[in-house]
Amino acid sequence: MNILVCIKRVPSPGTRIVLSEDKQEIVTKNLGFTISPHEECAIEEAIRVKEKFGGTVTVLTLGGSLASEQLRYAMAMGADEAILLQTDGKEWDPMATSNAISDAVKSKDFDLLLFGNESADYGGYQVAIRVAYALNHHCLTGVKSIEIDEGQITAGREAFGGMEIFKIPLPAVVSLKEGINLPRYPSLPGRMRAKRKQIEIIEPIKLPGGIETKQFVSPPELGSHVEILGHGVEAVPKLLSIIKELGFIHK
Amino acid sequence: MILAIIEHNQGTLNHQSLEILSLAKSIDRVEVAIVGENGRSICNGLGKYGVEVAHLLLHNELVDYAPAAWAKSIIQLAHSIKPDVILAIGSERGNEILAHIAAQLNLPMAANCTKIQIKENNCLVTRIRWGGSLLEEAVLKSATYLLTIAQHLYTVKGELEESAVKISEWNVDLEDQDFVGKVVDNLAPEEGKVILTDAHVVVGGGRGVGSKEGFHSLDELAELLGGAVGCSRVVTNHGWRPHADQVGQTGARVAPDLYIACGISGAIQHWVGCKSSKKIIVINTDAEAPIVSKADYAIIGDLHKIIPAINKALKQAND
Ligand SMILES: Cc1cc2nc3c(=O)[nH]c(=O)nc-3n(C[C@H](O)[C@H](O)[C@H](O)COP(=O)(O)OP(=O)(O)OC[C@H]3O[C@@H](n4cnc5c(N)ncnc54)[C@H](O)[C@@H]3O)c2cc1C
Ligand SMILES: Cc1cc2nc3c(=O)[nH]c(=O)nc-3n(C[C@H](O)[C@H](O)[C@H](O)COP(=O)(O)OP(=O)(O)OC[C@H]3O[C@@H](n4cnc5c(N)ncnc54)[C@H](O)[C@@H]3O)c2cc1C
Repeated sequence: MNILVCIKRVPSPGTRIVLSEDKQEIVTKNLGFTISPHEECAIEEAIRVKEKFGGTVTVLTLGGSLASEQLRYAMAMGADEAILLQTDGKEWDPMATSNAISDAVKSKDFDLLLFGNESADYGGYQVAIRVAYALNHHCLTGVKSIEIDEGQITAGREAFGGMEIFKIPLPAVVSLKEGINLPRYPSLPGRMRAKRKQIEIIEPIKLPGGIETKQFVSPPELGSHVEILGHGVEAVPKLLSIIKELGFIHK
Repeated sequence: MILAIIEHNQGTLNHQSLEILSLAKSIDRVEVAIVGENGRSICNGLGKYGVEVAHLLLHNELVDYAPAAWAKSIIQLAHSIKPDVILAIGSERGNEILAHIAAQLNLPMAANCTKIQIKENNCLVTRIRWGGSLLEEAVLKSATYLLTIAQHLYTVKGELEESAVKISEWNVDLEDQDFVGKVVDNLAPEEGKVILTDAHVVVGGGRGVGSKEGFHSLDELAELLGGAVGCSRVVTNHGWRPHADQVGQTGARVAPDLYIACGISGAIQHWVGCKSSKKIIVINTDAEAPIVSKADYAIIGDLHKIIPAINKALKQAND
């Protein structure tokens, strides 16, 4: 089973996202970078499938040269190979991103292509589906459980408080959500191995996309209007009368 | 004209998908699309939301949800009625169907918009990034604008008189291939369990709860208030609660009448999942925790002492 996992390098903001003066980008000077949580789970899932069925796990990212840091992290977790679709580091719109990914992998015959359900920063909810159509594969999104058996993948996703189940044949594109597993931390030998591994670098061609970002805007900050009811258990009676006032105590 | 997709599951309306109607109507004339014979029953009830025309898309196999088939049906309708915009709610299904439409037509799609302005040759949208911690203003150029609207942003307006809805039926042309990715089974939620995203009260627990066992008092509080328990990502990462309980950017978006955040600091990725709550009460040892200043009410102190005291008082009040 040969598996591809598409991941994306994103900054990990703390309690507030700070914008540059011209509002064209997020200030990342003091921020670390990471992989979106859904995608970290996709790497973990790919490694588990490989451990069960054999094969290889390849990770791919489209981004600037620094994105190789995230590829190495994935290899330290256990991915075998890595592809960097190297750009100037500027943002590509979802159509351009999907085109570049499908172009790069169409000759590579992966059985399973795993994505995150949506990227942490852009949240376009579409790259996986576009790649599936371009490769003529079936596709499922938002998946929180998978089982593979005889060329079929059974996938579950949360719906209406329970789960809904889909079954599609391989090769397939599946986008996953955090919660499907708890990703492992890379081991020290894993990190050492990952350092020495080659990364295949491809320079993608950027097709025109359909969405152009003009500027970023911080959501309006709501002024604080908190009422501190007090400290410790002494504040409980006050809280209770508020819960009552709000109508949550019926008797 | 705006074609608005109204979601349903086997004939049960997804009420939230009606949120898009008030915004849509402020922009242009609106017609709605409903997929499958089992959606017929909801068409008539849409009059009071100001719907005049409902397009019902029919095919023998359009019973269980199948994103590729739903998308293809809507595309066939769009070819005939030529809407300027195809709009859905930014739910799991809404985003999925629109992305299928976008991929089938090879057109751009903007997910989770908060504002839309249609201009002469383009469309200006404001859309959410980082699950709502940041907004982006962007321009879309396309023959048909494919957009979803962020959830919990617009309220459903249903104050109009019941009026007749004109149902126009379309038989769509679909192949077996289109139904390969369809729902083949449904696992029902646990009997009697309050569903997190439907709950009127959510009791959220974070790192401050400290352990799996620490959640007993939160479970009890939720039960006393007829609500559900939610949690932060730290909690699911420790395995104290299942991921289905996680609130936030990579968990559930909740919008209860009351959210009680216990031992949660209020990182932006958690906040975007609970900020649509009508009232927020915080219990935290740290008066400086970011969530305190965003709440309506706060008690400063140890949740392990305060929650049992609340439970005790609630039981007394109920007796
Ligand atoms: C103005 C602007 C600025 C941008 N700035 C940056 C930036 O600073 N850094 C940056 O990395 N990108 C940047 N991008 C790129 C952009 O955010 C996304 O890569 C692209 O829009 C993909 O769409 P999405 O994130 O909506 O993907 P979604 O459809 O939300 O993502 C689904 C899944 O697709 C896969 N995926 C998405 N993007 C990539 C990728 N690049 N490589 C591999 N797999 C991927 C992941 O598995 C992800 O979970 C920018 C784009 C624009 C328009
Ligand atoms: C891309 C991305 C997506 C993410 N998605 C999510 C998401 O979906 N949901 C989510 O929650 N997080 C998410 N996170 C993680 C998020 O950034 C925070 O790390 C997380 O929300 C912190 O959880 P917490 O508030 O429980 O823990 P902490 O930040 O450690 O806060 C613990 C709080 O408990 C208080 N406390 C401690 N002891 C007590 C006590 N005895 N009584 C009362 N109070 C006490 C402390 O004062 C503190 O305020 C995401 C992060 C990233 C990068």
